[in-house]
Amino acid sequence: MAAPASGAKQGRGIELPSGYPERRDRPKIEQITDRGLVGVTLAFAGGVGLLLGAIALLIALRAIPALREFGLGFLVSAIWNPVQNAYGALPMLYGTLVSSLLALLIAVPLGLGTAIFLSEDFLPPPLRTGLVFMVELLAAIPSVVYGLWGIYVLIPLYRPVGQWLYDHWGWFPLFSTPPAGPGMLPAALVLAMMILPLVTAISRDSLAALPPDLRQASLGLGASRWRTIFSVLLPAAASGIGGGVMLALGRAMGETMAVTMLIGNANQLSLSLLAPANTVSSLLANQFAEAKGLQVAALMYAALVLVVMTLVVNGLAELVIQRLKAKY
Amino acid sequence: MTSSLEAPQETANPSEAAVRRLKKNPGSASALFNTAMTGVAGLCAMLAIAPLIAILFYVLFQGWQRLDLPLLTQLPPPPLVEGGGLGNAIIGTLLVVGIATGMAVPFGILAAVYLAEFSGDRPKIARNIRFATNVLSGVPSIIAGVFAYGLLVATGALGYSAIAGGMALAVLMLPTIVRTTDEALQLVPQDLRWAAASVGASSHQTLLKIVLPAAVPSILTGVVLAVARAAGETAPLIFTALNSSFWPRSLLEPIATLAVNVYNFALVPYANQQQLAWAGALILVILVLATSVISRSVTRRRISEQQGG
Repeated sequence: MAAPASGAKQGRGIELPSGYPERRDRPKIEQITDRGLVGVTLAFAGGVGLLLGAIALLIALRAIPALREFGLGFLVSAIWNPVQNAYGALPMLYGTLVSSLLALLIAVPLGLGTAIFLSEDFLPPPLRTGLVFMVELLAAIPSVVYGLWGIYVLIPLYRPVGQWLYDHWGWFPLFSTPPAGPGMLPAALVLAMMILPLVTAISRDSLAALPPDLRQASLGLGASRWRTIFSVLLPAAASGIGGGVMLALGRAMGETMAVTMLIGNANQLSLSLLAPANTVSSLLANQFAEAKGLQVAALMYAALVLVVMTLVVNGLAELVIQRLKAKY
Repeated sequence: MTSSLEAPQETANPSEAAVRRLKKNPGSASALFNTAMTGVAGLCAMLAIAPLIAILFYVLFQGWQRLDLPLLTQLPPPPLVEGGGLGNAIIGTLLVVGIATGMAVPFGILAAVYLAEFSGDRPKIARNIRFATNVLSGVPSIIAGVFAYGLLVATGALGYSAIAGGMALAVLMLPTIVRTTDEALQLVPQDLRWAAASVGASSHQTLLKIVLPAAVPSILTGVVLAVARAAGETAPLIFTALNSSFWPRSLLEPIATLAVNVYNFALVPYANQQQLAWAGALILVILVLATSVISRSVTRRRISEQQGG
């Protein structure tokens, strides 16, 4: 890349055969182009990092009026009233956390089971690749299509189940309200479907990345296949799987459309999973287009909280995954 | 496992007992446990695939009836009016995604070129930028919309417009493009770069004439996947591109998109509009499925070519 030093023609005292092209210094213009190219690409690469900072900064700046007005009380107040300009995001924060954790509770065991089934040699390879591809496709379906399907297929199916839960388990706080159709539980079910591919893919990758020696040593000692999986493979892949679960949590917290269409968008705080609820991202989706004045600032404040939550979760997940890569 | 080691000891011939101990006993607790766990894992896989089949089947079943010419050529009908289509939304999606692609692809490719080709003497910068790229890909899609809203709409710079929507989608596409291009460039064999350098090519010549052309198919695959994903994004468009019931006239006005129309029509009580929502969903699903299948077969063929050659 660098130009050879001038005067190198006889530098080493090697006689070039006749007819061999004479050595030349690289023209100035080429050197400038090369250096310019490196500079331009570096600027764009830095731009990716700047963009991330700009997103956080812009949202924080726009949230300042609400930060001044409500302070940290915003996070613990349950009132969202655009008429009186009183805003608090507690029900939405609660809804975001509960719907995401509930989705994880469903998706992690299912995804882990699927990952094991698709990484061990239970199935002939072509069938296995086909199934892996289908799980990947699940991740490609747009969120709004999940929402549409949820409204017209899942909710009618869920209604009798919700009614049964209310009739028989109504004394239990989690099922203490009559099911209204949209609510926390159907939203969490669809969220679980949407993060399942992520949990499956990352768990499968971390299982497949384990050195084959581990499996062979365990089987050689006489451990059965599932003994090997539970005692050797899963513990060894645990940090990768943990990273995948964290990524899935981040995805679930930020997921918007399907949740908005299924959760009922009620800014109320209820322990019951059958009651309508709301999440931060649904709040943003529903109110931004018509918001004015302090409401915009309050929405920006809510967005800022969401950004901080997802950045922390995703950042931790990246660190865990990178540490795993260094290990094996 | 333990139970098979505690096999009966009273056999006359000790070696026979030893052989029996090593044999798998299908009735033993450990064998039953293994079979049961295999069944459970298989069930998990079936449960994971079931929603895909259920969704594809239902979207196809519901959307099929309206997948006709008027869908592509007519405007969305008002409530309680029959007929109509999503023609303006299809064009709107093409425009908004086109704007996003125009912003994200050059930006992403240039950034990835630095990461893969020129970052050798500054590994720390490259590591941090790759980290930032991964974190950016975890930013919720609605936050990309909030960013575009705060930058272009709330300031009054553009207002609700196709460009604001396109910018929000570009933020979402960028990390995908950086990552796939970075990976594609790293897969180009080092020999090519050395060979180019040895015949006297400068680094921009090596990049433009050797490395990038070799990586084009993989980069293109990444771009196509990012485009298909962006076309289905709804959340960042609701309050940036907004919606419109008319044909798009300008990139500076609110514009209809397929995804936002599916969302709006899903929530109304009118059968005709609901059918259009399903038809729109079918178009989006066909788009992502087709691009996934095509990109997969392309990468597969390339892998087998590389292994064969």
